This record gives sequence, structure tokens and C-alpha cells, in this order.
Amino acid sequence: MSHWHHFRVWRGDSSEGDLVDYPVEVNEGEVVLDIIHRLQQTEANDLAVRWNCKAGKCGSCSVEINGKPRLACMTRMSTFADDEVVTVTPLRTFPVIRDLVTDVEFNYVKAREVPAFAPPEGVAPGEYRMQQIDVERSQEFRKCIECYLCQNTCHAVRDHEENKAAFSGPRYLMRIAELDMHPLDAADRKDSAQDDHGLGYCNITKCCTEVCPEHIKITDNALIPMKERVVDRKYDPIVWLGNKLFRR
Amino acid sequence: MTDQTDRTVEHHEYDVVVIGAGGAGLRAAIEARLQGKRVAIISKSLFGKAHTVMAEGGCAASMGNVNENDNWMVHYRDTMRGGKFLNNWRMAELHAKEAPERVWELETYGALFDRTPDGKISQRNFGGHTYPRLAHVGDRTGLELIRTLQQKIVSLQQDDYVVTGDYQSHLRVFHECTITELLRTDGRIAGAFGYFRNDGRFVRFDAPAIVMATGGVGKSYQVTSNSWEYTGDGHALALRAGATLINMEFLQFHPTGMVWPPSVKGILVTESVRGDGGVLRNSEGKRFMFEYVPDVFKEQYATTEEEGDRWYTDPDNNRRPPELLPRDEVARAINSEVKAGRGSPHGGVFLDIASRKTPEEILKRLPSMYHQFKELADVDITKEPMEVGPTCHYVMGGIEVDPDTGMSSVPGLFAAGECSGGMHGSNRLGGNSLSDLLVFGRRTGLYAAQFSEGARPAVDPAEVEAAVDRALLPFSSATDGGENPFVVQLELQKTMHELVGIIRKADEMEMALKKLEDIATRTRTVTVEGHREFNPGWHLALDLRNMLLVSLCVARAALERQESRGGHTRDDFPVMDSDWRHILLVCSALGEDNVELTRKEQIPMRPELFDLFELDELKKYYTGEELGGHRADRGETR
Repeated sequence: MSHWHHFRVWRGDSSEGDLVDYPVEVNEGEVVLDIIHRLQQTEANDLAVRWNCKAGKCGSCSVEINGKPRLACMTRMSTFADDEVVTVTPLRTFPVIRDLVTDVEFNYVKAREVPAFAPPEGVAPGEYRMQQIDVERSQEFRKCIECYLCQNTCHAVRDHEENKAAFSGPRYLMRIAELDMHPLDAADRKDSAQDDHGLGYCNITKCCTEVCPEHIKITDNALIPMKERVVDRKYDPIVWLGNKLFRR
Repeated sequence: MTDQTDRTVEHHEYDVVVIGAGGAGLRAAIEARLQGKRVAIISKSLFGKAHTVMAEGGCAASMGNVNENDNWMVHYRDTMRGGKFLNNWRMAELHAKEAPERVWELETYGALFDRTPDGKISQRNFGGHTYPRLAHVGDRTGLELIRTLQQKIVSLQQDDYVVTGDYQSHLRVFHECTITELLRTDGRIAGAFGYFRNDGRFVRFDAPAIVMATGGVGKSYQVTSNSWEYTGDGHALALRAGATLINMEFLQFHPTGMVWPPSVKGILVTESVRGDGGVLRNSEGKRFMFEYVPDVFKEQYATTEEEGDRWYTDPDNNRRPPELLPRDEVARAINSEVKAGRGSPHGGVFLDIASRKTPEEILKRLPSMYHQFKELADVDITKEPMEVGPTCHYVMGGIEVDPDTGMSSVPGLFAAGECSGGMHGSNRLGGNSLSDLLVFGRRTGLYAAQFSEGARPAVDPAEVEAAVDRALLPFSSATDGGENPFVVQLELQKTMHELVGIIRKADEMEMALKKLEDIATRTRTVTVEGHREFNPGWHLALDLRNMLLVSLCVARAALERQESRGGHTRDDFPVMDSDWRHILLVCSALGEDNVELTRKEQIPMRPELFDLFELDELKKYYTGEELGGHRADRGETR
């Protein structure tokens, strides 16, 4: 059942690197990560790749396969023609550390800047009451496995290093939406979404939704509704007048 | 870029250092920080990727939201039964009592569990649990737990930022960092030594209190639901630092792992499939579990399919279906069916939810399972049955600790979660792992914080030098023609899988021990090519000695215990033996790659806990002499 396939893997570090060709054996049912592991076990012991669960649940093995951001553990070899070259490269938006491993610190910095869940005052642990229908919105966003494929693909930062300071990216704008839609969160997050996290940089091209391995409707269910909430506030004539009159 | 021979060691000082960033580690770190301590969290992978994300079914806590008859005493009894009464009963007691508070607390951190119609946390059925008890979010509960704890850590860092202007001033995560040695001074913990995976530079953390929360050992097996991280680091580090391990013969083979395609063999299929109505069938279409209800559980399980099916809607008047027996029973049954030639085409059995629930219900309750089978095996679980078989999933054995504080026999060394031992006895119930790591994560964090207020032993520089030498050894072995570490790892996995697997025999385990001796020699001389920057060969070369040491513990203890109980099944001693119930097998290290095994008596259960059980049930597990003093002897009923 096995056959030979032409693999091309980017090898290198932060200063230099190149694509290296490997002919590899592929067996029935295998995914791209299996092939990377086979290379590690045989001719390239030092080939660097991040991975953990190998079941699409931890979001560690994000790479670009033939130019598309994918999880290596969920990309089956049977999706390629037998004579198709499979090219595996590191995520382009983040700096390379070694081979397929990139420095994803950007995401941890942005995560720290989103104010945490604000518990409702006067509600003791064990007394939280929420209806299923009300938690489902935020639950969809909490399916996120933080693979950063959306962060990697979003053109607002992919080709614009200069936007990284002002723009938190789809994952963390969705986190703000998640908290804003949490039935018991006590904080107001609308102004900060726009002013501190760059919600306005998103021009809803839905690239993030397209690459999401969890099939979360990031644009439709998180970013657009969040934009609407911000707009409702920002351009509401009564709020605007109030702000003018009672500016502190 | 770190030069291959660079011996520079980065230096940090903390009050409490937590090794491992899964559920137990993060909960411990949160507690230690809340106690006002400066805390470091060290993680082999990226922050938020820990193996806890793989937990699917839920977190057991007797909140009584779905069935109000539930309480800590029922949960305690279920846990002890599941562990075949070999559990550390004090841990099981604390766990059952404190789990509800630990779950409710998560909601104040922002967790969003599935709800009951009246808005409380919903709870689901699971193997061995009398009532619906598992708080859950679909079938991705572990992810919810890890994310919630991760976000609580961030929240505490934000509080520190307000005061100090630095997010990491009092609580810092050092991720992609592997600890290779614990440092001791005069028998007490003084610090830990390791390296950063990304650039290979060495680092040392000086701290009077260290919490091990490193998870399990499954990577020593060929077919496992565990990731590369599960190399028994905490077990081995603690052993080498002078601590002891108990119950290492007890490994849980989860009954339902994927069996096809070969590359995904072992990946977990959640028990929730059965909790939500899924049934196991053999190649003849028969629900074979009815044939496998052991005597000790006869009273509690249905004898007909009709009764089992009625239980889902009327649990008070019917007994549960045998598909929901504890995991060890189901795994053994599947193993027997396959051996008898009644298996599925790829060597498992069929797990059928398609004929039992509507596609809409399946998609709502089991979205990850749908996704996993669709994308990895081209199987639509709403239309066809899954093929499943046993996979190495969890180690009940671990670091021997004080049940209340979580401290090991080494002063300053604590352990929580899977790497600690005792809580689950010979077999863990599904759902008791997430609650275990919350309850004992918090406890160890608390007591490690208190302990850190005592003396601070100074690190011995000679120990650090020795640790540097050991870490660099695989590079110098290169000139001596040592082996590829991946080859040695495969050999180790094959040995454990074939000779110390789900069903064990004395002669096979003796052969395994001989092979392990040979693997020990090869492990010392594995060789690594290239550099120290994110070099998987080097990482494995160092992890390998931990895998070896814990494998030795498993094999030695498994050979010693001449009975079958929970996660330890002997072909040559197939029966559970009351004379073994009160005996614990304790491992301690003899150098880097040898272990010593001793026997220890289990402390008898406190009388009021003993009295929670009926005498007739206890008779199935205890020897006659042990039963004196039960309330029945005093003529009392409950």
C-alpha cells in the first residue's frame, strides 16, 4: 500500500535557509506530520517541528503546506496526487527559529493585553446561572485551539510587520468578542476593541475563517458582530452628544 | 546561537517552581501566586498546549445538578470501587469532598460549561459513576480547562502589571523549557536544571519548593493516546532526587482508541460516546459487554439490553448498561473478543452511536469525535460505526506523596496530577483526572507556598556542573559511534507494548527486564548530530533515560504483583487476591538506570469511611481479619 512521494521541506534558521528535497515512503492513511516524523527518524534527526497531540486538538503543528496554512497532523497525504510535490514551509508571519518552528511570542503578548474575564459582583461561586442558548455564542469561540493559523494568514499583519503593534489579530479580537458576549462578564470592551486592539484593521475578507481548523466562523460570528457593537456605540447620535456635553 | 559546548547557565530565583503546565501545574501556580509567592511555571511545550487538552469527557464533581441524590460520599464510594480499594483513601476522600468547589471556582475564572435547563452546570454519565457527574463542554472539556486556567494566569499577571509595571514580575511562564535534573542540598530541594528547547541554552532555577506536575508515561508504549511529552519526566526526576514511586504496575489502557488508519492508532475516542448511548458490538453484531460483568459489579449493571437502554431515561429504576463498566473491565473485554476472532477488520471492535442517536444529537454532543473520524479515517460516525481498541492512556502509579499536602519524601518536592500516585488506586474512573488535578493542584500550590517560607538551601555548584555534563553527553557520544535515539525509543516502545502490555505473563516480563537492561546501555550512549537549537534528536536523547527508568519501574512492579487488579492483568494470576489489596509496591532509584522494589502496607481506612460501604461489598475485596470493626459488627445499619 505504500508509495514514494516527493517532499520538499524548508530547512534553516533565523539567518538563512533553503528548501531541501526528500524522497519519502508514504503509507495508507498517513498525514503530513507522519512524513516529517519519518524524516526525523531516518535521515534528518535534527529536523525541527512543533507537535503535541497529533489529533487536531492542541494546535501545535501549524505550518504552510503548498503555501496554505494547515495543521500538519490533519493534512492527509491522500489529498495530494501521487506525483504532486509536497512543499512544507514555516508560518510566514512569525520569525523562524529553526526549520518549521517559528517564534509565536507575538500571540502571547497580544493575549496578555486583553483584559481578563470580569466576574459579576455579588455572585458567589456555585451561584452562576446561565442558559445554554446564551453561552453557545462564546462557546463557539472557546473551541479555538490557538494554532495561530488565522493570525498567520491575516493580511493585516502577514505582509505588514508595521501593523503588528496596533493590531491584535483575529484570534484575540475573537477573544474580546467572546468576553463581550459572555452572559456574566461585567466589563465593557467595545471602545478598547477598536482603540487598543485594532478591530478597524479587519476588512472582513474572511481569510481567518477559511483557515480555521476548528471551523469557527470567526468573521461572521465574532468580528462582524463586534464591529456592529462598536459602531452602535461610536456613531449613536445620543451617545455622541452625551460625550460632547459631559466630557470629563 | 548557542555553541554546542557552551556551558553558560542562565540563573533565576523563585519561591515556588512548578514543572509542568497542564491542569495540575497551572492550578498549583495560581494558588502559590494567590498566597503571595513569586512563581515560575516551566513547560516543555508552548503555554496552553499541555496534554490536558486531550481530556474530552469531563470533570467529575458531585454537584448534584442533574441528579440531586449525588454527594461526596457516593463519589468517594465510586472512586474506591473503580480503584478496587487499593486507592489512598484519604486522597479519594479529599478529592470527592473538594471537587465541586474547584469546578465552581473555574466559572469565576470565565469557564463556560454546558448548562442544565435551570441554568446550572450540566453533568453527564460516565463509566463507574453512579449518577451523571461530569461537568463538560461537548467533548472538549480538557481544552476548556486548560484555556480557563491559562487565562486565569494571564489575569493574575495583569494584576501584577498594575502594581509593578511588569506582567511577569511575580508569575512567569518559561515555555519550551525542559528540566533534566532536580538539585538537592542536604537532602532538601534547592532547585532545578534544564535547557530551553529553542536555542539549547542551559538554565537553573533556585527555589526551596518545587511542584512536579509533569503528567504520565504513555510514550513508553507503541500504541498510546499520549503525546511526545509523556516521557515520565516527573516520575524519573523525583526518583533520581531520592523520592519514591508507588503503584507503577497499574497502567490504564483506555478501551476505545482509534485502530485505523495505522498512523492514528491509539488516538483517543472519548468515553462520552458510551455515556451518551453508544454501544460496543463484535463482528457478529452482538453487544458482548453483557458477557463480561465481573462478580464484584453484578448488582450494579443491567443483565439485558432492554434494561440497559431504559437506564438512559430512567436511571432510578434500572441498572446501567455494562458498556459503562470501569475502563479496565471494558478494555479487557475488547481484548478477549479480538483474541477470540470476533474483532473488526482492523483488529478492534465496533463502537456504534449512529444507530442510537440522530445525526443532530451526535454533532451537538460529540463534535470533536465527528471531526476526528471524518478527517483522519474518512468515517462518518453519524452513519457508520467506529472501529476501536485499547490504547495506553494513563498511569495510576506515581510519586508517593502525603495525601493532604502533596509533598513527597524529599522535603520541598511536591507532586500533583497524573505524576503523583495513590489517588486512583489500581484503576482511575473517567472524569476523575480533571477533578484530581484541580483538587491536588490547588493543595500542592498552597502547601508549597507555605513550605517556601522556610530555609532556602543553596544550590551546590558541583551538581550543576554534573547536570551540564550529562546534558551534553549525547554530543560527545557521537565520536564513539553511538546509536540514533529514535531507533532506541522504538525498541523500548515495542518491548513495553509486547511484553508488559495489557495482559501480562511472568516469562514475558522477565524477558522485558533483560531487554531493558540492554536498552539501558544503549540509552547511555545514544548520539546526536548537529546543534543545540530546537534539535529533536537531542531532546529525545535526554528524555529517553526518563522513559527507560519508568519502564523499569512498571516492569519490576508488574512482575512482583501476582494477581490481577484494575490496570494490572496477569495471564498467570487471573484472579484478584485480597491478600494483595493492602500491599503497595514502592520503587526507588539505584543510580541512573536501575530501580529497587520494596513492599509497603496500605494504611487501613478510617472507620467512618469504612462504614460508608456495606459489609457484603467489602467482603469481595478485603480479607476476613480486615473486616473487624465495621458497623455491621456493632449491629448498626446505615
